[in-house]
Amino acid sequence: MNQWKNFTKGFIKDNPVFVLLLGLCPTLGVTTSAVNGLGMGIATTFVLVCSNLVVSLIKNSIPDKVRIPSFIVIIASFVTIVELVMQGFTPGLFDALGLFIPLIVVNCVVLGRAEGFASKQTPLSSVLDGLGMGLGFAFALTLLGGIREILGNGSIFGLKFIEGDAMLVFILSPGAFIVLGYLIAFINKIKKTA
Amino acid sequence: MAKKESSFLNMVITLFVITAVASLALGGVYNVTKEPIRLALKAKAEKAIKEVIPVFDTLITFKIMPEDGKDSLTFNHGLKDGNLIGVAVETYSYEGYTPTKIKIMVGFLPDGKINNTAVVQQKETPGLGTKMTSEKFKAQFRDKYPKQYTLKVVKDGGDVDAITAATISSRAFCDAVQRAYTTFEKIEGGNK
Amino acid sequence: MEYFAIIIGSIFVSNIVLAQFLGICPFLGVSGKVSTSVGMSAAVLFVMTIATIVTWLIQTYILIPLGITFLQTISFILVIAALVQMVELILKKISPPLYQALGIFLPLITTNCAVLGVAIQTVSKNFNLLEGVVFAIANAIGFGLAMLIFAGLREHLDLMNVPKGMRGVPIALVTAGILALAFMGFGGLV
Repeated sequence: MNQWKNFTKGFIKDNPVFVLLLGLCPTLGVTTSAVNGLGMGIATTFVLVCSNLVVSLIKNSIPDKVRIPSFIVIIASFVTIVELVMQGFTPGLFDALGLFIPLIVVNCVVLGRAEGFASKQTPLSSVLDGLGMGLGFAFALTLLGGIREILGNGSIFGLKFIEGDAMLVFILSPGAFIVLGYLIAFINKIKKTA
Repeated sequence: MAKKESSFLNMVITLFVITAVASLALGGVYNVTKEPIRLALKAKAEKAIKEVIPVFDTLITFKIMPEDGKDSLTFNHGLKDGNLIGVAVETYSYEGYTPTKIKIMVGFLPDGKINNTAVVQQKETPGLGTKMTSEKFKAQFRDKYPKQYTLKVVKDGGDVDAITAATISSRAFCDAVQRAYTTFEKIEGGNK
Repeated sequence: MEYFAIIIGSIFVSNIVLAQFLGICPFLGVSGKVSTSVGMSAAVLFVMTIATIVTWLIQTYILIPLGITFLQTISFILVIAALVQMVELILKKISPPLYQALGIFLPLITTNCAVLGVAIQTVSKNFNLLEGVVFAIANAIGFGLAMLIFAGLREHLDLMNVPKGMRGVPIALVTAGILALAFMGFGGLV
């Protein structure tokens, strides 16, 4: 397998959010700012890489019928590790992401890659797949978070460039749906002409 | 895919081993992160306490369960040179617009006057409920005696100016401060 | 009354899909037709309520007393996964056509963030068991309501002249956004 292609497919061609339409809950829920999107993306990437690696390493020892519950326990463990580490070392980000951190365990991207890829491929391929998909996910979230932050708060990465409030609807729930909708349409357009 | 046979015994053993290893690993991580987490929470609370009561050199903390409450309130007695100079109460409300608990730190002077308030945690609507952290909203609570200053929004017959279009969040804030004061009165009532 | 606020709040004001973004995958995936939406909502109602009860019991009688609340995520998701397996088996027996109709979406309820989300919120809001049950049922109704309205909208959208680039998911998302905007109007209810 071409490992470079394996790694980079997660960025645009098979971007988990824009193309595969997976993991939309956190995508909509935490992207009220670029930093939150990026933080969630990194946390998810960590879980993705670790769970892909472990699943790929022990795939031959797991009976077929219990593979989903096994994957879930593995993924949940890494999610809990992320929870604890963030709570202790990045409390601000932990508070900002809130409920969505434990929800990484039901992020369809993570379980999807474990089931659809890592359980069938070598550890190296699985790690690169996890890394690529994770970074693609992080890219999508940071982009969406950035757009919503600029339009809705008049700031980017926390640096405000206007006085007072901007178009608040963009950091509220409707804004999330609408911006994502247009982003997906835009990315589809790019893919077609590329 | 998986090469192992799906016999009942195999399935049980596999799940058991995976769960056991996972629990052990997590137990380890938990122990390692316990201290940093405790310190992070303590730092956050102390930051809020310093905002709401006058400068102190000693802090005595204890928890009290309010009459109407589901969670306990944390009382922080600030002492300077052995004298009580302020009580910072970490209070809460579940009456906010979003499901996330709102946590407020209210600083009372020993005579019951509200010295200042600080929002410790809230996930209200950006641009509306989040304005509860603004100077403008908090300023109206400063130097007020809850005995005379009714801690309810004007709409409910009180003295508090609600945030425009964020009545629910404003109500929740008042609910939290009232809870703190009622319990404060009960505890400190005699120490005036 | 306390329960009234929980019910109205969960169904309208803080709608689980439109305001809290939980349950988006099935929301977008199953809401193509009103009939599948009904089936999915019913399944979610069942799983969500029972999951909330069981996870509440686990949190109150096992995790807290033993001081192992850091195992919350693992234990909760395992409970939900097990419950969904059970629902699948039961459905297969008592209603094979519904089982067929829901197809892949049934196991997907496991990864439905709404179920895990509601379970976690129930314990973090310190509800007692009865309040938790009311909360779960109300949220499931909110989920169903959002899905059904959305399914109706999507069936209409299919008949319209949508610009090529926006067809499918993009226009569905923008429509969901407008629906979310409408639901924001409920804010003044409670």
